[in-house]
Amino acid sequence: QKVSVEVLEHLEHLALVDFRDAEGVERLQKAIQFADQLHEVNTDGVEPMDSVLEDRWCLYLREDNVTEGNCTKELLENAREKVEEYFVAPPGNIPLPKLEERETFLEGS
Amino acid sequence: LAPWVPVVGLEIHAQISSNSKLFSGSKVRFAAPPNSLVSFFDASLPGTLPVLNRRCVEAAVMTGLALNCSINKKSLFDRKHYFYADLPAGYQITQQRVPIAVNGSLSYSLCIDNKMSQMVTKTVRIKQIQLEQDSGKSLHDDSRSQTLVDLNRAGVGLMEVVMEPDMCCGEEAAAAVRELQLILQTLGSSQAVMAEGQLRVDANVSVHHPGEPYGVRTEVKNINSIRFLAKAIDYEIQRQIEELENGGTILNETRAFDSKLGCTVPMRDKEGKQDYRFMPEPNLPPLILYDAKSLPANMNHQQVINIDWIHERLPDLPSVKRKKLVEQYGILPEHSFTLLNEDGLAEFFESVVKQTQMKPKKVIGWILKDLLSYLKQHSLTVKESPVSSFLLADLLNLLEKKEISSTAAKQVLAELWKGEGKTSLEIVKEQKLELLQDQKELEQICQAVIDGHKNEVIMMVLG
Repeated sequence: QKVSVEVLEHLEHLALVDFRDAEGVERLQKAIQFADQLHEVNTDGVEPMDSVLEDRWCLYLREDNVTEGNCTKELLENAREKVEEYFVAPPGNIPLPKLEERETFLEGS
Repeated sequence: LAPWVPVVGLEIHAQISSNSKLFSGSKVRFAAPPNSLVSFFDASLPGTLPVLNRRCVEAAVMTGLALNCSINKKSLFDRKHYFYADLPAGYQITQQRVPIAVNGSLSYSLCIDNKMSQMVTKTVRIKQIQLEQDSGKSLHDDSRSQTLVDLNRAGVGLMEVVMEPDMCCGEEAAAAVRELQLILQTLGSSQAVMAEGQLRVDANVSVHHPGEPYGVRTEVKNINSIRFLAKAIDYEIQRQIEELENGGTILNETRAFDSKLGCTVPMRDKEGKQDYRFMPEPNLPPLILYDAKSLPANMNHQQVINIDWIHERLPDLPSVKRKKLVEQYGILPEHSFTLLNEDGLAEFFESVVKQTQMKPKKVIGWILKDLLSYLKQHSLTVKESPVSSFLLADLLNLLEKKEISSTAAKQVLAELWKGEGKTSLEIVKEQKLELLQDQKELEQICQAVIDGHKNEVIMMVLG
């Protein structure tokens, strides 16, 4: 079963991933096929599992104390651009260019 | 023209009042240098993991109990994915599948026709309460075409309270939110100050004809006060009605309230339906809560949250406090509403009552009319009042003992507002406001007046 161009565009928009070329799309389709094997298992009436540890996996509750923070300088070292201790980002989400506009237009699709 | 039925639902985000964040140990504080209250986890640096803050869970349980919810003994955490500069991880940790509390209710009161003497009680159903992370703050610098990001708020704990569409107008929504605010402040689970972003409200609005299915709804955001909430909702209801009556359609969109223009406008950056690709948060196991019956024997106390223990320690909610005030002091229900609506006013009232012989039913008039109107005129809070409960009680005692008249008392109060440190008695003596009790002296004064105005007396006697 092929992945339609609409679904592909939708996925690329959601994940900000460029599937690049026919080979990339093919790899995506193979990945979906692989995951679809899960449907072969009948899970009717079976509660979803959170972890193989089951109820031995206990959620640790932390006390409400201040133990971190105050490391502005370190954090900003990762920023390509900064303005007075603020991170700088583009004005809004930059949309992925539409399929037709990209250099890596899907050939033979 | 067929009547329109407006339908209003609310999504309220209340910031949890805690020292540290929901999943990290950085400090929670409103004003601080940018990016100073940010841990490596908050900045989404690789290799960091979420660790749940116990206090945040307790706050959510308290709130759920106060809103008559069923507390889910097992709730789950999920990831909600979307891209935005103030969400460094690219997802928000929330509770989409199984939230911590469900199926509650909130009762609130409305004045009919703006008359406080006619109050009606309404109820709105609470669909659920979920724990989730707050995002950072974006400051848009349009001139330089950039956004400045401060992550101090990123990761602060939120309780999202979802109210079913049981409301029909701005006034109802405002009253419901006000009551929720008072409840949260009484519990201490959130300080719920809208101006500081501790309480954010989004409204879902639609209209339909009676008997027909619900209309398309719009979501209204960017509402910064309870007053604007009512305005935004009423505007949106009108806009939708006009649009539909002109043959138009309503788009399922998100709109922002423009407080300057008093209208709602479509929001940019919200085109098309969002697909958040929810998935279970793989780094957090289910949150398990206990009650007296299910309490495990051998677990470390610090790791156990007992719903019943929290229930037993809930403070009196506003509705209970109001009832007690009415019963204890014989004041009217609408008085109790006003007392609780102003921070510290109920305590001030009770303090005055303790210190004076005047009956509470009479004291309340002085509190609600004289004290409150003065405070409002000068934009002061009860705490900032230049007249303390002691001073007011002292004055009311003079009145009660008939040493001064009611008019004189108002005069003295006006003088007390100046906060010059004089006592009521000193002011009474200064301005010679004492009531004369001596019969003979009174007769002498009256006779003197009559003697001094012989003509007027003749006119009066002749009718």
